[in-house]
Parts: sequence; structure tokens; C-alpha cells
Amino acid sequence: MDYVVEMLNIRKEFPGIVANDDITLRLKRGEIHALLGENGAGKSTLMSILFGMYQPDRGTIQVNGKEVRISNPNVANHLGIGMVHQHFKLVENFTVTENIIMGTETRRWGLFLDVKQAGRKIAELSTRYGLNVDPYAKIEDISVGMQQRVEILKMLYRKADVLILDEPTGVLTPQEIHELGKIMKNLIAEGKSIILITHKLKEIKEFADRCTVIRRGKTIGTVDVAATSEAAMAEMMVGRQVSFKVQKAPSRPGETVLKVEGLTVRSARKSQALKDFSLEVRAGEIVGVAGVEGNGQSDLVEAVTGLRKAESGRILLNGKEITSESVRQRIEDGIGHIPEDRQRRGLVLDYSLAENMVLEVYHKAPFSRRGILQSQPIREYAEGIIGSYDVRSGEGAASSARSLSGGNQQKAIIGREIERNPVLLVAVQPTRGLDVGSIEYIHKRLVEHRDKGNAVLLVSLELEEVLNLSDRIAVVNNGELVGLVDAAETNENEIGLMMAGVRKEAQP
Amino acid sequence: MKNSIVVSLCAVLFGLLAGAVLMLATGHNAVEGYRFLFQGGLKNAERIGNTLAIATPLIFSGLAVAFAFRTGLFNIGVAGQLLFGAFCASVVGIHLDVPRILLLPLMLIAGALGGAVWAVVPGLLKARFNVHEVVSSIMMNWIGFWAVYYGVRTFIKNPSSETESKPLPEAATLKTHWMTDLFQGSFINMGLLVAIVVVILIAFIIAKTTFGYELKAVGYNRSAAEYAGIAVNRSIVYSMAISGAIAGLGGVALYAGNANNIEIGILPSQGFDGIAVSLLGANHPLGVLLSAIFFGLLYSGRGFMNAMTDIPPEIADSIIAIIIYFSATSVLIERLLRRFVRRKNQAAAGDAGEGKVK
Repeated sequence: MDYVVEMLNIRKEFPGIVANDDITLRLKRGEIHALLGENGAGKSTLMSILFGMYQPDRGTIQVNGKEVRISNPNVANHLGIGMVHQHFKLVENFTVTENIIMGTETRRWGLFLDVKQAGRKIAELSTRYGLNVDPYAKIEDISVGMQQRVEILKMLYRKADVLILDEPTGVLTPQEIHELGKIMKNLIAEGKSIILITHKLKEIKEFADRCTVIRRGKTIGTVDVAATSEAAMAEMMVGRQVSFKVQKAPSRPGETVLKVEGLTVRSARKSQALKDFSLEVRAGEIVGVAGVEGNGQSDLVEAVTGLRKAESGRILLNGKEITSESVRQRIEDGIGHIPEDRQRRGLVLDYSLAENMVLEVYHKAPFSRRGILQSQPIREYAEGIIGSYDVRSGEGAASSARSLSGGNQQKAIIGREIERNPVLLVAVQPTRGLDVGSIEYIHKRLVEHRDKGNAVLLVSLELEEVLNLSDRIAVVNNGELVGLVDAAETNENEIGLMMAGVRKEAQP
Repeated sequence: MKNSIVVSLCAVLFGLLAGAVLMLATGHNAVEGYRFLFQGGLKNAERIGNTLAIATPLIFSGLAVAFAFRTGLFNIGVAGQLLFGAFCASVVGIHLDVPRILLLPLMLIAGALGGAVWAVVPGLLKARFNVHEVVSSIMMNWIGFWAVYYGVRTFIKNPSSETESKPLPEAATLKTHWMTDLFQGSFINMGLLVAIVVVILIAFIIAKTTFGYELKAVGYNRSAAEYAGIAVNRSIVYSMAISGAIAGLGGVALYAGNANNIEIGILPSQGFDGIAVSLLGANHPLGVLLSAIFFGLLYSGRGFMNAMTDIPPEIADSIIAIIIYFSATSVLIERLLRRFVRRKNQAAAGDAGEGKVK
């Protein structure tokens, strides 16, 4: 059999944890091979080993049948292995060409940068693989989807034969995902091979030829995608059966809890991040906000939670104007916030789990008296959340937040926010990067919170999540509300078009 | 916590070893050098007293830096805050005619306020305009230097010297008979007692109060603190003010305790030593106390070493510098330690494995 890359019996240990334990991955020439696993299953470690960022403790890597030692990413590049990282590594104010040639600049007389020659080559590659990238556009002016194609071009420019795509679809609209699918097909048609890291089963089903599933650092198996159902792959990944459909009764909306009227917000970079935006969320319903990343969602969330000033317009909570209230006052009024970036906003990583669980209430009895923290009640409160939200950690409430896995950090934050029983819960990407098991659990909790008669504002880039969980969906594009639709009466295609800015009336 | 103690002890050990190498390389007897160095700081009650007295301003300056560090700020302006605090206290001490029991607390308050004012400026600049406190507090050092230069000559000039302030009356210094007698004529003074109280107070604030919780949260993660509704900008200003106040108290201990007047034209080196003290003390108040005393020991012993041997006193300074180097590169030491532990574990695992085979 013709394998381009074989990673055989790879083992990698970190202090206190075996990240990869006897993992085998074989990549055939000209296939799209999905690597599927829960968070913390060891996907990133395995790929970092292939890309030369870590050395395996045991096991061998073969490229084109020859055993190799990949001691650093440069060696990986020479072997024709390229990686498109989840977070793009591009210089915003450089052009496409300048970004691509960085590190391997073409020179004239060994001294002067020759951008033209490179530009021609990039244009040629772009046409050949149907990437449709303008070599002279500046990165800051092009869409996220095109930025990703620039990353792919960068690999092709460096003559990569094996492309590793790390969670490539997270930032794309459904249409862009479709585009990416076509590009991947073009690539393999030209003899390239692709490793696709993802935990979205639907995409594996759509794009991949074979799929290797790993769980807790071990290979569970490699399956032929066409012959395996999504449910079967999910079961391999999690180790038990999972349900994809969110179980929920129809909503029974009550009074308006959150009312946003003509809200305009300026962001630090762009002039207007949110333009004349109006939205209502009622008690007992989940309103989802769908949109491509960076179209005003964060600005809406920050304005509602008080982290950013509103330029104009009003925000009302249960009829009371809160537009110019402080963050703390809004917390007191009953706003809960599951932030988009759990490590940056949601947790003080150097604090213990217990200290993090009282992040918004530490100044109140019983957690402090006359300005002195009361460790006993704090610990008991934290242990309560840890117990009911199944937050797993090394030393319970005393573990540092940093030591928790991403999924457990997220569960802790969600527990903290729901425990305060807020009348309005703003949940941003509540299941970002989590595995199907945790997603199922968190969705259940959010629906429960709704059923207690609270309002939930859900912001997610995962269209499926918005469709599954929401009662109504608000679609944003470029800081404006494109439309508001009933979740039960819409579909992915309609929402996708609206996300791209096409208003509902205009659709065929 | 336990880890940082080991790292600090390793830094000290490596520093002393490197000092020994230096002494040997320059043709001196290292054992003898160290004997006199430590004797110089510990030989009798007076020398112990002097060691503690030299350590006192370092406790304050170290604590000032450590407190700022713990709340995410790098206060490099301790020297200026210390000097300005001392100036304020001296003005009070010279011009105010009240009983000692009132005068000394007033001087301490004046010193703390002076230091706080000098530190609040960078704090406000950071909170309002996001000016980095390193830059602004260094500049405040020089503003303080010249302000005190002018202030001393204008308000409390010594009639018989161009570069000194008028000596403080005895009642206006922290020296006290019972301490001087206890340590047989040492210049030790009540500054040490104030330092210990402040160390305990700061340790308590950092670890046990909601105020400390807020300041630390801002220091560790400004965005998360903002998210939690903590007034981030106010916290930054408070942190700097407290750090500066501690530095100002150090100024009182230095210029109205160890000395009894201010010499102008010198930016006190104790301010910058505070950074080293704080580093070695792992930014923990108790660690700062211990590391300041250790630095005090080296500073007080080096004169004696120089007198008794022909080892140059610069060797002692080099030891201090090397210790600072190692505490600053604690990551390196931690990595070394980890490798050492892993080797040991592997060896142990290997033994166990062999045991099974047999």
C-alpha cells in the first residue's frame, strides 16, 4: 500500500499525563484522512509531533516509506509536511504574497526582495488549485475564508505534499465550508494528501475518505467513512452513545427581559462595530445570534454585559435602563455571562478553582465578612458547583484553574454562571472546542435554565448549535441585524445566505 | 510555594558557589573569605544589629516591589518614592514641635503619603492612558531626585554642608535606647519593628481580604477582573499607592533611622535593590523579609571581609549580582530541578522493573 506518512506506535508523555499512548496513523497518498477525537484526546500532540514541535518518546515516523526524525518544523517543511493552524499566522498589514514568501524570500542578486516573481508563482498556484486569491491584496482587507486559503497557498508554495488542517471550518460560513470542500478535492486530485483535524462529524462524513479515531491518547480504530455512520463514529470517539438532537419542549415566552433599542457600538479597530441594532429576548426563550465571526456579535455581548460603552441606543433589562450601568451593577441586576474566551475573560487561571467560582460574588456574604474572605463557605460553594456540573480536576476546589482541561474549565464557568440563577444568561460559544459528550450536557443545562423562566441570549459560530438550541434566531452581518427567524421554520441554507448579508426578502 | 523556596535556596547556593570560584580564580582562600563575610555580619550582637538595620530599608523596598508584582505592576520607581517619602518625613520631623510619641507616627504617615503620591502618578497614567508604569516610574525617580535636591536646600538645609539636610533632632529619629543597648551600640532602630508589622499586614491583605483578592485578580488577568465587575483602573491606582507608601516608609527607616539626615545628589540604591530582594523572596512578604535579611548580611559582612583579608569587596557585590541572576532565571532552575526529579524517578522505576524480573 502506498502510504505518504505513517506514524507508528507513537507514545508521548508529559509530566503526569500520557498524551499519546501507542497511536498509529497511516495516511494514504491522495486521501483526505480525518483525525477525530474529543478535547484532550491527543490530536494536537500527535500533529505537533508530526510537525516537529515535539519529539515522541517511543514509536517511529515514516515519510514515503523511509524512517525520519523530525526534530523541528523546518525538517517537516523539507519533508513536504505543512500545517494550517487553527489560528492563522499572518501579518495583517502585509500582502498575501509578502506573507507567503516570509522566511523563504525570493531575492535578486541575493540582496533585493523580488516580490513580483513570487507573486506570479502564487497567482499560478492559486489558479491551478482553484483558490481564487489575489496575490497583492492585504490580509486585513480580505475575508477570513480567503485568509485560510492564503495559509493553504503558503503550504503549496513551500511544496508541501501533506497538508494538516487544524479545525479549518470553525471560522467559516456554510458556503465557505462548501468552498473549502471543493478546494480539498482539487488538492487531492493533484496528488496531495490531507489530514483533517476536527470533531465535527458532519464534515468528516462530507469530506473525508478515512477516519482515525483516538480517545484518551489511544487509537480506537481507523474506519472507512463511507461505510460508517456518524453515530458510530461518535460512539467510537466518546465511548458511549450520544444524542445529537437537543431534547426540548416548545418555548413558552413570557415578558421581555432584554430589550436592545437602536444600539450603536464602536469597536477599537473598526469605526462602527454594531449599527442601530435592536433585539428582544423574552423570559423562557433562547434567542440565538448567528453570524460569521467578527460581524458584531462580540460587540453586542460586550455592550449588553457592560464591558463596552454604547455609542447610542438603549439597553433595558426587565424594563429598567442599564445602558450606562457598571459591569458589577449589571451582575447584581441578574445578567450572567458565559464569555467567548474562557481563558482570557472567564477565569483567573492563576487562581484556584474555588477562588474562580466566587469571581463575581466574593464581596458578598457568606463569602466575605467585613472585607475578610471566608475560605470555608467559598470552598463549600465551589464544591457544590464542581459536584453538580461534573468539573473534573486533580485536587478539587483547590486545583489551580490553569491545570484543568478546556472542557472542565468551560463546565466550571457555566456552573458558576447558572448557579447565580441570572434572569438573562448571555452564552457566547458555550461549547466551543468541546466534545460531543460535554456539548450534549451543556445544551441540556441551557435548556433547563430557559425552562425555569429565564432569558438566554446564545451567540455561537456553530450554525448547528444555533439551529438546535434556539427558539428564535437573529442573523447578523457587518454589525447589522439581517433578519429574525423562527428556528423551527428555517434551515441551514437560509441562515447561511443571511449570514452572508442576503436579506430574507431578497432570497429566491 | 514550596517550589519557590527551593528555587530561591538554589539561587543563593549557586551565587555563593560562583563567589567561591571568583575568590579562587583571583587567588584567594574562599573558605576564609566566607568565614569573614559571615562573621562580619553575625559575629556579635552589634554586628547582628547592624545587619538587621541594613536589611530594614531593603525589607520595605522589597515589599514595595513584591506588592506591585503581585498585583501585576512593575514598580521600578521605589528609589524615588523612598527618597520623596523620606523628605516629607524629614520636613515634619524638623519643623513640627510635638511630643515624640506623636511625632514619630506623624513622620511615618508623612513618609508613606509622600511615597504614595510619587507612585500614584504612574498609577494614574497607567489607568487612564495605558502608559507603562516602568517608563513613568523611572522618570518619577529623577523628578523625585531633583525635587528633593531642591526641597532639601530650600526647606531643611544643613547650615554647615551644601549637600546634606539638617540633622534630625534625636526625638525625631527611629533610634531608641533599648534597641541600641540590646544590640550593644548598633545603629539598629524601630524601623525594623515597623517593617515586621508592615510585612504581616501586607501578607494579610494579599491573602485574606477581598481587597487583596481584587488587586491580585487585576494583576493576574485584567480582562477577567473587568468581566467580574472589579474596578480595574481603581485597583491599579490603589496598588501603586500602597506600593509607594511602603517605599516611603522605607525612606523613613533609611533617613530617619539608619541615618539622621538626607544626603542629596544620590538616588538611594536600596530602591533598586528592592527588585532583587523581591525576586529572591519569590514576591511573597515573608520571603521578602528573609531575603532582605540575607542581603543585609552580605552588605554588612563585606566590609569586615575586606578588612580581614585582601579579597576585594566587589566580590560580595558579585555574589549578590549572581544570586539576582539566578533568581531572575528561576525558570531555568525549575527546569533543572524537574530534570533532576525525572532522572531520579526513572532510576527508581528502573530499579522496580529490575526487581520484578528477578
